Amino acid sequence: MSLIYPRESLAAHPANASPAYGSTVKRAPSKPLILLPHTLSETTGPVFGHAAVAAGDCDLTRQHVGEPLGERIIVSGRVLDEDGRPVPHTLIEIWQANAGGRYVHVRDQHPAPLDPNFTGAGRALTDAEGRYRFVTVKPGAYPWRNHHNAWRPAHIHFSLFGPSFLSRVITQMYFPGDPLFKYDPIFQSITDAQVRERLVSRFDLATTEPEWALGYQFDIVLRGRNATPVEEPHEH
Amino acid sequence: MSTDPQTAEAPLGITPSQTIGPFFAYALTPCAYGGSELATGTVAAEGVAGERIRIAGTVYDGDGAPVGDAMLETWQADAQGRYNAVGNAGFTGFGRVETTVEGAFQIETIRPGPVAAPDGTMQAPHLSLSVFARGILTRLTTRIYFEGEAANAADPVLALVPADRRHTLIATREADGSFRFDIHLQGQDETVFFAA
Ligand SMILES: [Fe+2]
Repeated sequence: MSLIYPRESLAAHPANASPAYGSTVKRAPSKPLILLPHTLSETTGPVFGHAAVAAGDCDLTRQHVGEPLGERIIVSGRVLDEDGRPVPHTLIEIWQANAGGRYVHVRDQHPAPLDPNFTGAGRALTDAEGRYRFVTVKPGAYPWRNHHNAWRPAHIHFSLFGPSFLSRVITQMYFPGDPLFKYDPIFQSITDAQVRERLVSRFDLATTEPEWALGYQFDIVLRGRNATPVEEPHEH
Repeated sequence: MSTDPQTAEAPLGITPSQTIGPFFAYALTPCAYGGSELATGTVAAEGVAGERIRIAGTVYDGDGAPVGDAMLETWQADAQGRYNAVGNAGFTGFGRVETTVEGAFQIETIRPGPVAAPDGTMQAPHLSLSVFARGILTRLTTRIYFEGEAANAADPVLALVPADRRHTLIATREADGSFRFDIHLQGQDETVFFAA
C-alpha cells in the first residue's frame, strides 16, 4: 500500500528557532526551508527486522545481574499512521535516565548516582497490530544549564522509523501531571497545548500489573495516509 | 479520537518531534558502550557492487564552532538506483554516525545510481541526510550530491535551490579521491535544509 504524506501535518513539530531553549540559538537554520518533492528517496526507508532486536531488549530491568532501583513501570501503546491504521513491525528505540535522573552517557555530569543495574536503552518491534511494550523504571527529573534552576520533566526518549524517510521521528514521552511542564522550554517549544499533550503518556490501570509495576499508555502517530482514501464528505 | 479506520474522518494528529538531546550515544550509536549498533558509517560492506566512496565532513554551528554531539543518518539507493533491493547482501542503504568531539563524521559507502523522479525524469545520484542534535528540536533534512556529476545540471531538486546556495548540497572531490561534505547549521554558508 502506498502512502501519501500531507505537508500540513508538519505544523505539529516545534520550530527549531525556539530561543528559550538556548542550544537552538546557534543551531537553528536562519534561512527558509525549501519544499522537497516526495520522490522515491523520501517515500522509501530502511527496514529493520527481528535481527535488529535481541530478546530482552524491551525489558530494561533485566539487562544486568540485579534489578535497577526505582519505580518499576510498563510503557506500552500502539504506533499508528494518520488514518489510525497500525504501523506493524516497525522499530522503536528508547533511552532514558535512571531513577535518580542520571544518564549512563559519559558526558552526563549530574551528581546523582549511576545504577550498576541500569543502562537505560531499549528496542522493540511493533507487532502486527502496531503494539509495543517496554518494562523499565520511571526516569528521574534532572537539572540542566539552560537557565537558572532548570530541570527537565521526567521523560523517555523515543526514536521511530515507520515506513519511510518521511515518517522518521525522534521525540520524548512525558508522564502525566508533571509540575515541571510549564518551566520546560523543550516541552513548551510545541506552542499548541493540544499538540503538546500528545507527548504525555496516560496512566492506565489495565496496563498496571498487580504487585509488580505501574502501567502507562503512549500511542504514537507517524506521518502517512492512505493514497486512495474512501470518499470523504466535502466541506462547504 | 478515533483509531478505527472505518470511522476516522479527520486525520489523527502526528506525534510532534523533540530534540535527541546530548545523551543518545549509549542507545543509538553505542559502539563505545559495547552495545550492538543498528547501523554504522559503513553503509556498504566489502564486495557490494558499485564505486566505493568515502564522504567526510564536519558539522558547524552558527558561530563556526564544531557540533560534537550530532547524529547523522544517511539513506540512499544502491549503485543501480534501487532502494531496498532484494538480494544485495551487505547493503541496506542506511547509515548512522555520531559526530566526534571535533564535529567530524565519515561515511563509507558506494556511489548511488540515479533515481527516478515522480515526473519520469531522473534525479542525479544523491544521499538523503537527517541531522539530529541537542538544540535541534525537529530533524533537519538535506541531500548530498556529488561534484563532477553531469546529471546534477538536470536534477529536479537542485533546480529548486537558489543557484547561489546549490553548492552547499554538493560534496567536493578531495585530492585523495574522497568526498568532503561540511554541514553549516546556520550562518553565511548555511546548508540548504528541506521541508519534506
Ligand atoms: Fe533526556
